[in-house]
Amino acid sequence: MLTLQCPYCGVDAEETELNAGGEAHLKRETVGSSDDDFEGYLFMRENPKGVHFERWRHSYGCGKWFLAARDTNTLEVFGTYPAQSKEPPKELRDKISAKRPGWSWREFK
Amino acid sequence: MSEPVSFLGGRVAEGAVTVRDAGLQGMITLRGDLSATKVKNVVKKITGQAIPAQRKALVEGGRGAVWMSPDELLLLVPYAEAEEGVAAIAKALKGVHHLAVNVSDARAYITVEGAGAAEVMAKNAPVDFTSAAFGTGDFRRSRLGQVAAAFWKDEAGAFHVVSFRSVGDYVFDLLRVSAEAGPVGALS
Repeated sequence: MLTLQCPYCGVDAEETELNAGGEAHLKRETVGSSDDDFEGYLFMRENPKGVHFERWRHSYGCGKWFLAARDTNTLEVFGTYPAQSKEPPKELRDKISAKRPGWSWREFK
Repeated sequence: MSEPVSFLGGRVAEGAVTVRDAGLQGMITLRGDLSATKVKNVVKKITGQAIPAQRKALVEGGRGAVWMSPDELLLLVPYAEAEEGVAAIAKALKGVHHLAVNVSDARAYITVEGAGAAEVMAKNAPVDFTSAAFGTGDFRRSRLGQVAAAFWKDEAGAFHVVSFRSVGDYVFDLLRVSAEAGPVGALS
């Protein structure tokens, strides 16, 4: 059972209280974007075996969206952070580096 | 003017753990910046309580403030005062970004009391109900069975459950059946 700590209400929420919201840190392409960029925004997703960043919503709790870093292979959760983050916090990236040396995910490593 | 009645109409299921309709309760949803002085003042004025800390409920005698999320409170007032409360908030927070709605009739409000009340709750929610983890005045929004619910624990160890009115029947029956089934002994 996946348990994520909601960064807004501090609850260790288990899977049944949460809803998954797909990949984190997508840049929304809109009017003026090239067709390639727009296609990437709409369809292209990471599918790693290992470190992954996702959006989750604490839908049965405080109702807030947040972001989570976890390993899709071992299901280990590295941490969660607020949805307002443009990139994973340095602290969290260091923590992942300690556990999974050489990891990379899109532009982050 | 028609007579206001609570959704569950005073239903009671007596037993070692008693599940009862808590009756009419004025409830106001307030969203906004909870650290703002004006918000603090108006909450104090209406409920007599300060802004509750994260996942806390400050309730005394049918009045109180409950922490719903970092930008949302549920204010409890006597049923007849809910409309005045909304008006008072609108006046006090004029020009401040906020939202206040009287949701008294949109909710079912249930009390679960008795020695094994925590176990009855624990059967239905993915929450740690040991008294160390969930003490007096602690509050959670979670699910009961299949539907969303919010609940807090008072000094007497009773749980106060708030759910949407449309699923009030389900929540009441769920708690009633869980209470009838008797204690498991896991939390004693």
